[in-house]
Formats: sequence, structure tokens, C-alpha cells
Amino acid sequence: MHESAFLLGQVFNGFSVASLFILAALGLALSFGLMRVINMAHGEMLMLGGYLAYLTLQVVPGPMGIIVAMPVAFLGAAIIGGVLEFAVIHRLSARPLDTLLATWGVSLILQQAARNMFGAIGVEVTAPSWLNHTVSIHSGFLSGLDLPDTRIFILIIAALVLAGIAALLNKTRLGLYVRAVNQDRATAAAMGVNARLIDLAVFSLGTGVAGLAGVILALLGPVTPTVGQSYIVPAFLVVILGGLGSLVGTTIASIIIGLFTALIEIFVDVSVAQVLLLLFVILFIQIRPQGVITVRTRALEG
Amino acid sequence: MMTTLLQLEKVSSAYGQSKVLWDIDMEIVQGSAVALIGRNGVGKTTLLKTIMGVQKLSGGKITLGDQDVSAMAAHGRARSGIGFVPQGRHVFPHLTVMENLTVGLAALTGRSGLAQTGIADHIFDLFPKLTQIRARKAGLLSGGEQQQLAIGRALAGQPRLLLLDEPTEGIQPSVVKQIEHALRRIRTELGVTIVIVEQYLDFAWSFAERYHVMQRGKIVREGSTKEETAAEIAHLVNI
Repeated sequence: MHESAFLLGQVFNGFSVASLFILAALGLALSFGLMRVINMAHGEMLMLGGYLAYLTLQVVPGPMGIIVAMPVAFLGAAIIGGVLEFAVIHRLSARPLDTLLATWGVSLILQQAARNMFGAIGVEVTAPSWLNHTVSIHSGFLSGLDLPDTRIFILIIAALVLAGIAALLNKTRLGLYVRAVNQDRATAAAMGVNARLIDLAVFSLGTGVAGLAGVILALLGPVTPTVGQSYIVPAFLVVILGGLGSLVGTTIASIIIGLFTALIEIFVDVSVAQVLLLLFVILFIQIRPQGVITVRTRALEG
Repeated sequence: MMTTLLQLEKVSSAYGQSKVLWDIDMEIVQGSAVALIGRNGVGKTTLLKTIMGVQKLSGGKITLGDQDVSAMAAHGRARSGIGFVPQGRHVFPHLTVMENLTVGLAALTGRSGLAQTGIADHIFDLFPKLTQIRARKAGLLSGGEQQQLAIGRALAGQPRLLLLDEPTEGIQPSVVKQIEHALRRIRTELGVTIVIVEQYLDFAWSFAERYHVMQRGKIVREGSTKEETAAEIAHLVNI
């Protein structure tokens, strides 16, 4: 295999890892920016999305199953997220530490529920045949470069979700209200914006996107009760690195972390790569504590 | 016939354990302009915030028109027709002028019989400056421009009652005149009832027909600006 093909392959891998991180971290970033809550059960929304994909494929087998699974997982996770916001997070809104503890509890409950229902081992979601190809390049200086369809698919989904959320925030009235509440909650309320409803909508949207990410996770590996846990740490890193609550920052940070992980794995093994990633993030926030992008929100000033 | 637009009965409010408003009774007549005056820290801002609903009511009753709004959240009161221009303006700094005005339209949610299509022309007519700077981020505007925007934003929700908290504070004198002029037009042309917190007694007296003086969280005196001169009550305010 050509050197440049190998390098490009790793960069491509980096971007597809970054896509997953974007989907996993978007909800965290949005709800932190708006409500300053850290949802420890966010990883379980990915897990939920994965199981919903599995269940959907039981009902709708065949090539279109995965396409049906995406809205199902999105809605399912968004509804559970909405219930969680309404029943737990909203009630503890003045007590951030308690929110952390309560959502951690919810995360354990959800994991155990999945264990009871589906078993501890995990279930497989088989990628449809149309995603089983690999784009291979056989000649030229990129000879030997393999781009699996699933990974291209992930990139496309992440780009679409990102574009959709950016459009929602910047082009719609609802998005305008979200930005207003983000900048000055009390004043937005005094202008007639139902900040409570905005919180609920944004939180649901964020968990819905995590559910969607869960479908994609299911394409890459088995869905287990703890599958969300392995993505929640990098997702938190993305949120911290991105500058809390910023969409552009979240995207850039996802790409940085995705590429860093993929490229460092050329030289060291996976666990050393994890250590180096953490070191990198620690050093980065020493130099730039506000993250890649600075967004002044009242939540962070208060 | 004088109809009451806003009525406060034994309204009190507290920050944690410390009570800042004590049994406030107040009646604002429809179409009138009322000045709320007093030294710094006596509770004028808290009273406006309590009427708006951004500060919690700890006792008493607030009625707007024939509707008891005591239990309503701020957004509900905005939708019932209360407009708010907070102290320090509080424009949304990262939103453009147009976007700030559009947020003001949220107060029209669920109200029938009002044009919900966009920002009413009279806002740009009152504040022509806003037309020129419509695409600018509000955080980059001068204090005077922000104040005009804050008033315009409140008007976008087509309020019956407009609460203004020191709208001329920290603003250059030439713009103060424009704002005062606009406020008079808002009263006369739009028929909006106005409650204004104002430090300058001269403006308060020329603008409002009634005054309420606050001291230590209570209304200690009220009366007509037509029957008493500013000098007569200046000792209570002592600016």
C-alpha cells in the first residue's frame, strides 16, 4: 500500500470518527449552553438508539430497515429525553450537582433495563447489503486506499444532521428563540418566549440526535447495555474543547479529536492513544480554557 | 370613564430571605403615564420586574385588565400585553437588530386579532435609526441605539402596558431627547399605558401625570404631577 494512501485512509477514518463524536456531542453541547446541565445519561440515548435500530430491523428487515430505524431512533430517544427533562432535570435546574448525580442514576437504570430486556451480551445489527461495499482505489498514488461505505454513510448523516441543526438555529423562529434564551433567559421570557418550552425542545432534540448516533454505532459494532459509555467520555471532551455550547466549536473539536485519535493510532496502540488524547485535551484547555470558539452565554457568566 | 389597567394588591417580593417589596398597592389607569421615583436601592427595579414576572411574587395579587396574572410566568404576562424595557437595556448582544425585534414578536403568540406578520412600521417610524442598523449585531451598538432597540423590541409585542426602567440612564443628551419624544408618541399615538422608573424629576413631571415615591420597598407617597411640583417632593427622592 502506498504511504499517502495509508495516511489519507487514516484521515478519512479520523473524519468518520469525528462524525460520530459530533452526533454524540451535539446534544450535550446544546443543552449545556442553554440550561447549564450536564446529562450523564446522554450516552444511554445512544444505547437506546442502537436498540431501537435493532428492534426496527426485526419489524422491517431488508435493505430499507436502517433508513426506517433512523427516524424511529431519533423520535424514541427524543421522547425519552423529553420525559427525562420534564421529570428530572427541570426540577433540579437550580442544583447542577444534583442534576449530575440524578442523571447518572438514570443512566444506571437505563443500562440495567437494557440488560434485563436484551441481555448483557449485546445484539447485532447487520448493515444492509447496500452498505457492504468498499470504495477501493487500485491505481495511482492512492492505490490501496479503501473507503468502506458505512463510513462514508456516517459522514453524510453527520453532515446532514449538522446542516439541519444549523438551519434550525439560524433560519427559523424557534431557532431565534433558542438563541435569545441562550443569551438572556429572563429578557427572552419578558418578550413572551416560553423559555421552559425551549429548554424541553432543545433537550429533546439533543437526545434525539444521540439516538440517531446510536443507529450508526449499531452499524459499526454490537449494541450492548454499556455501549454509550465508551462514547460519552470523548463526547464530553468534544464539548469542553469546543467551547461549551457552541455548534461550530463542537464541530471543529470533533474533527480535531477524531483526527488526533486516528492519526496517533498510526504510531501507538489504542490505549496509549487514549492517554495521549486526554493529555492533549488537558494541555489545550490550559492554553485556551474557553475552548476553540468562545460563546458568551449567560449560563457561563452567572 | 377611567378604567384600571393594572392593579397591585399587597404585592410583596423577596430575594431569598430578605424581603424587598412590602405590601405594595397600586392602581394604574388605562392610557395614563406613571412615574416611579425614589433613591437607588429602594425597590423600583424589583417592582417593575415583579409586575413583569421575571422576579418572583411572594405575596399579593396583580391584575391586568380583568385578568389575574399573579400566577403567570413572565412569558404569559408578555402575551397578556405587558411590554418590558429592562434597566441596562438587555438587548440580545449576538442577535442583529432585526432579530432582536423579531424576538419581541413572541409576545403575540396566541393573541388573536393582532397582525402577526412582522415588525410594525411604526417602530421604524419612531426610531428611524433602527432601519439603518437593522443588520448590525446589537452588542456592537451604542447605548442610545441599544435603548431605542430595547423599546422597539418591547413595542413589537404590541403591549397595552409598557414598563420602562430608567430608559435615559447613561445615554448621551441628544439621544435622550429623541427617546423622550418617542415615548410621548407611544402614549399619544399608540395609546400605550406607561409606567416609567425615572431619576430625572423634570422629565418625570413633564411626561407623567401621576407619580409614586418608593422608600425601602414601600410606596410612601403618590399623587398628581399636575397638583404638586417636583420641588415639593424632591426631599423624598433627594437625587
